[in-house]
Amino acid sequence: MLILECPYCGVKAEETELTPGYEAHLKRFGPGSSDEDFENYMFARKNPKGVHFERWRHAYGCGKWFLAARCTATLEVFGTYPAQTSEPPAEIVAKIKAKRPDWKGYK
Amino acid sequence: MKRYSVFAIAREALRYHQGWDKAWASPAPKSSYDVIIVGAGGHGLATAYYLGKNFGITNVAVIEKGWLGGGNTGRNTTIIRSNYLQDPSAAIYEKARSLYEDLSQDINYNVMFSPRGLLMLAQTHHEVRGYLRTVHANNLQGVKTEWIGPEKVKELVPIINIDGPRYPVLGALYQARGGTARHDAVAWGYARACSAMGMDIIQQCEVTGVRSEGGKVVGVDTTKGYIGTKKLGIVVAGHSGQVADMAGFRLPVEAVALQALVSEPIKPCMDVVVMANTVHGYMSQSDKGEMVIGGGTDGFNNFTQRGSFHHIEETLRALVETFPMISRLKMLRQWGGIVDMTGDRSPIISKTPLGNCFINCGWGTGGFKAIPGSGWAMAELMAKGEPGPLAAEFNMWRFREGQFIDESVAAGVAH
Repeated sequence: MLILECPYCGVKAEETELTPGYEAHLKRFGPGSSDEDFENYMFARKNPKGVHFERWRHAYGCGKWFLAARCTATLEVFGTYPAQTSEPPAEIVAKIKAKRPDWKGYK
Repeated sequence: MKRYSVFAIAREALRYHQGWDKAWASPAPKSSYDVIIVGAGGHGLATAYYLGKNFGITNVAVIEKGWLGGGNTGRNTTIIRSNYLQDPSAAIYEKARSLYEDLSQDINYNVMFSPRGLLMLAQTHHEVRGYLRTVHANNLQGVKTEWIGPEKVKELVPIINIDGPRYPVLGALYQARGGTARHDAVAWGYARACSAMGMDIIQQCEVTGVRSEGGKVVGVDTTKGYIGTKKLGIVVAGHSGQVADMAGFRLPVEAVALQALVSEPIKPCMDVVVMANTVHGYMSQSDKGEMVIGGGTDGFNNFTQRGSFHHIEETLRALVETFPMISRLKMLRQWGGIVDMTGDRSPIISKTPLGNCFINCGWGTGGFKAIPGSGWAMAELMAKGEPGPLAAEFNMWRFREGQFIDESVAAGVAH
C-alpha cells in the first residue's frame, strides 16, 4: 500500500486518503500558444519507468495538493514536497541521486 | 505445419502422441527482415499474421522481451464485445468480433470463442439513457445489440439481484454475440500460424534501442544483437512510451495497473458475461468454473504489474451486492497488468514521425477483444504505408487536431 506524507499537515496518509493527479511540473500553455505546445502540455507525458514526479491531493485530510517523487518501477517513494514550486527541490533530487546513481536527472 | 484435426488426434492416439510438432519454431534472429514487429502479444502477432495472410509479407520477425502472450494478452478477463457508441470504435471492435467468430477455423487453432452473450447493466437513469443511445447507434452501425428490461436480465442471469437497495437493475444493453475466448490460445494460435508462414518469433529478446537514419528506422538493437529492418511496428502496450522514447518521439500515453482476479471453481451458475459499470465490477464464468472478475485501475503511473489492494475490495463489494451468492466464494488468484491509457481513452494505430515506423498502442483496459481487428488494421497500415478505413481515425495526431474519439473505450472501468 502506497503511503505518502502530506507536506502540509504532516500526516502519513495511505492511498485511499489521497487522490492521484498524474505528472507534476507541467508547463502550461493556453490561448495564443501553438497547437504543438498545447498538445504537449495537454496530452504528451513523460510516463517514465523509474523516477516520476507527480501530483497528489490529500483529499480526505487537509484537502491540499502536494507533489511526490516516486519510482514507477518499484513503487518506492523518495519524498513529498509542497506544490508551490516549478521544479523538484534540491534535497529531493539529492535523495533520488543517492538511491539511483544512474538516474539522468529531472527534465 | 501439420494441421490439427480430429484425424490428427486419432492418429496420434494410436502412437502415444509421439508425432506432435512444436507449435512454433524458435529461431535465432536473422540479420535483417522486411518487417519487425516489437511485441509478441495478441496485437503484435495478429499484425504479423494479417501482414502474411492479406498482403503476402512473410519476411517478418516478431520480437518479444519476455515470453509469447505473457503480458496483457495473458492477463485480461477475455471479454469480447463491440457495443460501442462512436462509429470508429464500433467499426474496429465489430471487425475484431466478427473475425473472432471463425478465427479457430482460420488459424486452425481452437481459441474457444464462446459467443455466450454480454450484458451491460443500467443501474441509474443516466445509464439507461446512455445505453438506449448506444443501442440506436449500434443499429445504425450494423452492430446487433438490444435493450432489455430487468425481467429479461433476471431470466438470463438467475443469480443476479435486480432489487439491490442502492442500485436496482433498471435494464441492460445486451449483445447476444458478445462473449469470451481463451486468451492464451489467441496468442498461441496466431504464433503458430505466423511460424507456419515462415515468420520468426523471437522470444527473450528485448529491444534496447531503435536506430534511425534520415528520418527512417534502419534497425533495432536487442539483447540478441542488432537486427536490420525495412519497416518497424511497435505493438508493446504498457511499454509503448519506453519504445517510442528509443525511437525519439513522445506519446500521449500513461501507464497504470489494471487488476483482475478469479475465484475457486464452482458449478455452472452464469452463462453470460455481466458488466455492472455503476457499481464497477464485471464477471463471467470460465469453462473451468472459476468466476473471472475484472477490477479497476489505479490512478497513478505504475509499471509493477501489481495494483492497490483497496481496488480489489471495491470490486468485490460491488459484485457481492450484485450477485449475493458469491459472498462466501474464495478468491484463487489475483494479478495486474500494465495498461497504456491515452488522452481520450481510445487506441492509437498510426504512422509516426519516423517514415517507416508505425505504432499500435493505447488499448488501455480493453485490448483483448480488439486483437484480430487491431492486427487487421495495423497490417494494412504497415503494408500500404497509409491507414485504411479502420485505422484512419485512430491516428496519433488527433490530439493536436482535437479530433478525439470521445468514448471511454479504454477508460479505467469495466471492459
